[in-house]
Amino acid sequence: MIHFLVHDKKDSVGVVVVEGVKAGQELVGWVMEDDSTIKIKALNEVPIGHKLATREIKKGDTVIKYGHDIGRAVADIRVGEHAHVQNMKTKRW
Amino acid sequence: MINSKTTFRGYRRENGRVGVRNHVIILPVDDLSNAASEAVANNIKGTMAIPHPYGRLQFGADLDLHFRTLIGAGSNPNVAAVVVIGIEEEWTKRVVDGIARTGKPVTGFGIELHGDHDTIMRASKAAKEYMQWASELKREECAINELWVSCKCGESDTTSGIGSNPTVGNAFDKLEPLGVTLVFGETTEITGGEQIVAARCATEEVRDRFMFMFNRYQEVIERNKTNDLMDSQPTKGNIAGGLTTIEEKALGNIQKIGRKCKVIGVLDKAESPTAPGLWFMDSSSAAAEMVTLLAAAGFVVHLFPTGQGNVIGNPILPVIKLTANPRTARTMSEHIDLDVSGLMQRQKNMDQCGDELLETMLRTCNGRLTAAEALGHREFVLTRLYESA
Repeated sequence: MIHFLVHDKKDSVGVVVVEGVKAGQELVGWVMEDDSTIKIKALNEVPIGHKLATREIKKGDTVIKYGHDIGRAVADIRVGEHAHVQNMKTKRW
Repeated sequence: MINSKTTFRGYRRENGRVGVRNHVIILPVDDLSNAASEAVANNIKGTMAIPHPYGRLQFGADLDLHFRTLIGAGSNPNVAAVVVIGIEEEWTKRVVDGIARTGKPVTGFGIELHGDHDTIMRASKAAKEYMQWASELKREECAINELWVSCKCGESDTTSGIGSNPTVGNAFDKLEPLGVTLVFGETTEITGGEQIVAARCATEEVRDRFMFMFNRYQEVIERNKTNDLMDSQPTKGNIAGGLTTIEEKALGNIQKIGRKCKVIGVLDKAESPTAPGLWFMDSSSAAAEMVTLLAAAGFVVHLFPTGQGNVIGNPILPVIKLTANPRTARTMSEHIDLDVSGLMQRQKNMDQCGDELLETMLRTCNGRLTAAEALGHREFVLTRLYESA
């Protein structure tokens, strides 16, 4: 069972691909770039399609997905924490 | 597997282009002519009115785009014949003359000095002749390189970037070497991935034109925005689906152009490409607006990946929906033509899903109705550039 996907090894977030992920749940992630597997404990409920941090992200850090810059953290994000509009912002516009 | 010998059964039109539908349309030039157009379509079974809210007191580039879109829609090879209705004769004639350049049957009617009743009667007589004539046209075997295929995604979420958009990209990578004409666009929705698209442009000239279009649209946003666009781009639906920033959305969006295709040219809105290969069209990212521009440019089948479940269709251009979101595939199944959610659990690979999409596309080209067609989605939305005079 794969619970979340990571596009690129450089990424600091992964995408949950199953419904009903609960806080404290042990999750299996598939890193698509090199076909490897990682394990992370979810710190919150994370809806399907939403992201969780796969490494420690500090406030002000660039968040990486697809191996590219997708914006900046506006709060610290811990490994396994839901990463979304409450703790991330665009660098554009 | 699709290859250069692959064929589909299409309708060859007077100008040599091939369509996959055989519509007789009743096309209003302006908002005032919607009622008469819909009355004609109601009188003559099998015809289709394409109502819209514009066409009065537009001027300059905005008016040019209005005419280009209407003439393009009527000229699309998915259309067999056209009855044009406008409030007055002159602009009506301009649309008729534009469509007539394709060689297809087209007639126009002005309402002024006649009224709706008389116009509806005369236009219905013409529509009946066209409908009976079109009903005898036959599909014929056509080469794959006669297809024009467009793409644009909608209500994206993170599953779009993982699954449904790269499935389209895989299909595009297989169609491009066969000489198929392809297009993508959504100028603002490339924000954050513009350097990736720029690097895929075939020549420096194309790259400069692409970056010009991209920067021009960024200035529109900068000039008009009241916040960081977190209510519009990403949309509320995108955010509900887990997309957080425009950069993230853009990097998912551009998966649709595959890994190999080069961008060979840049098109203005509703402008037709002049050679096979992948084109970029400067456009809004709003689904119905862009798909209407693509129909007007002459594309005959559309690939539409969705995450959260956009339900859009178009009256002229069949819109094929695919999703990689298992929840959307379950809760909105009547809108989905192809479910590629198996990608998310490694049950299927991208190559298989690309092939499945191409098979669905060929079935659609051969006549199978898309979900959006069967459900009656006919969103025809004209792009406006600025206020009317």
